Amino acid sequence: MARTAGSDPERQPPGALAFCLRLLRRQLVLAVRRPIEIGNPLLFFAMVVALFPLGLGPAPDKLAGFAPGILWIIALLSNLLTSDAVFRGDFEDGSLEQLLLSPQPLYLSVLAYIAAHWLMTGLLLALVSPLFAVMLNLPGGALGALVLSLLLGSAVLSLVGCIGAALTVGLKRGGMLISLLILPLYMPVLIFGSAAVQAAVNGSAAGPYLAILGAMLCLAVALAPLAIAAGLRISIDA
Amino acid sequence: MWTFFHKLGSPPWLYAISGSILRWLLPVTILALAVGLLWGLLFTAPDFRQGNSYRIIYIHVPAAVVALAGYYVMAIAGAISLIWKMKMADVAMKSAAPIGAALTFIALVTGAIWGKPTWGTWWVWDARITSMLILLFLYLGVVALYEAYDNKEAAGKACAVLSLVGTVNIPIIYKSVDWWYSLHQPASIKFTGESTIDPSMLYPLLLMITAFYALFTCCLLMNMRSELLKREARTNWVRKLALGGAQA
Repeated sequence: MARTAGSDPERQPPGALAFCLRLLRRQLVLAVRRPIEIGNPLLFFAMVVALFPLGLGPAPDKLAGFAPGILWIIALLSNLLTSDAVFRGDFEDGSLEQLLLSPQPLYLSVLAYIAAHWLMTGLLLALVSPLFAVMLNLPGGALGALVLSLLLGSAVLSLVGCIGAALTVGLKRGGMLISLLILPLYMPVLIFGSAAVQAAVNGSAAGPYLAILGAMLCLAVALAPLAIAAGLRISIDA
Repeated sequence: MWTFFHKLGSPPWLYAISGSILRWLLPVTILALAVGLLWGLLFTAPDFRQGNSYRIIYIHVPAAVVALAGYYVMAIAGAISLIWKMKMADVAMKSAAPIGAALTFIALVTGAIWGKPTWGTWWVWDARITSMLILLFLYLGVVALYEAYDNKEAAGKACAVLSLVGTVNIPIIYKSVDWWYSLHQPASIKFTGESTIDPSMLYPLLLMITAFYALFTCCLLMNMRSELLKREARTNWVRKLALGGAQA
């Protein structure tokens, strides 16, 4: 088949990078066609933010103290809840199996899935987080650190979360299991992410923490797709 | 060399060799544990500041050390089973997870019991303690993932990937007391440089650490043997073994 396709210049198989971009575009188009799927994490974020003043009491100074941790934990949870679905649809309709059989490098294809997930949850959450931060009385000077730390950190969360998604995609009861697998790996990100915001609140430099988050992101971009690719192969075989 | 490598992949051979190792290792382990405990609990001087409560380190430190080392054993076995598709490495990985979880749990509980009279609290969210808790979750995650798969071959591979991913956390746990100077004291025993622990306390502690390593090995081998029998239940050598056992 590949030979006959190759003889026709119009149907040349796409290069690895072009394929990766097409895959990303497909994921984004699929997401945009169901806008509620994009809106849900944001709605979740807003609702859980509303839970904290109810649970902790509405005292503004108290909330301001907890705000960095609260915002980071909610971002982490909404990332966790959405990462379960990254591969599930494509696993169930068989297109994931086709992707694994295709000659395209799985590393880049997996990165396209993750990028789509991050654009639809992490990026949007980071961009709307100042709104909720102001609602929780986070000092204005820490907003920059909050957005930056969420931008970097949520990308790590997406990468790590997809490892769990890849390992559990073939299981019927994956939902609870994925949190058990992934939360221990999320913890270092949470520590440095909320520490960055806390540092900005206290008036010290958030840079070192952001640098560590950046280092985590580099490590995760390099290694997580390998684990995800291996996990997907295992899930397809099982 | 290669014949040894090939033999390692054969369940009956592994079952036999682990049996003969256990026959002498198990008594030695029990003896070392008994000597170490008696030495540590009865024949060492009480600490000048903590009194007798420090003696729990003879269980706490060895359990914590071996819990961390056990994760490496599990992850390396997982890597071997992924790369060379060795079934026995898969058995070893699956058997190591619950032992490691138990040791981590022991380290956390003994630490809490020691912390109450010494720090005045059962639990603090200190870097070392929190990271040991994460280690417990990592172990439990592997156990839970293995149980979730119906296809046990896929379960082994998935757990191998997960345990390899988790190794990222292990150096952080190991170094946490040095990086974040917190309530938990930094490591007292050093391979290079002066240890900050008196020799009269150090030697029983080293004996206990060795004994815990041996205990880990014994538990691992026993777990592996039962797992082997379970997996190979339909083969001839297990049937022969079961019938032979009935006659003897």
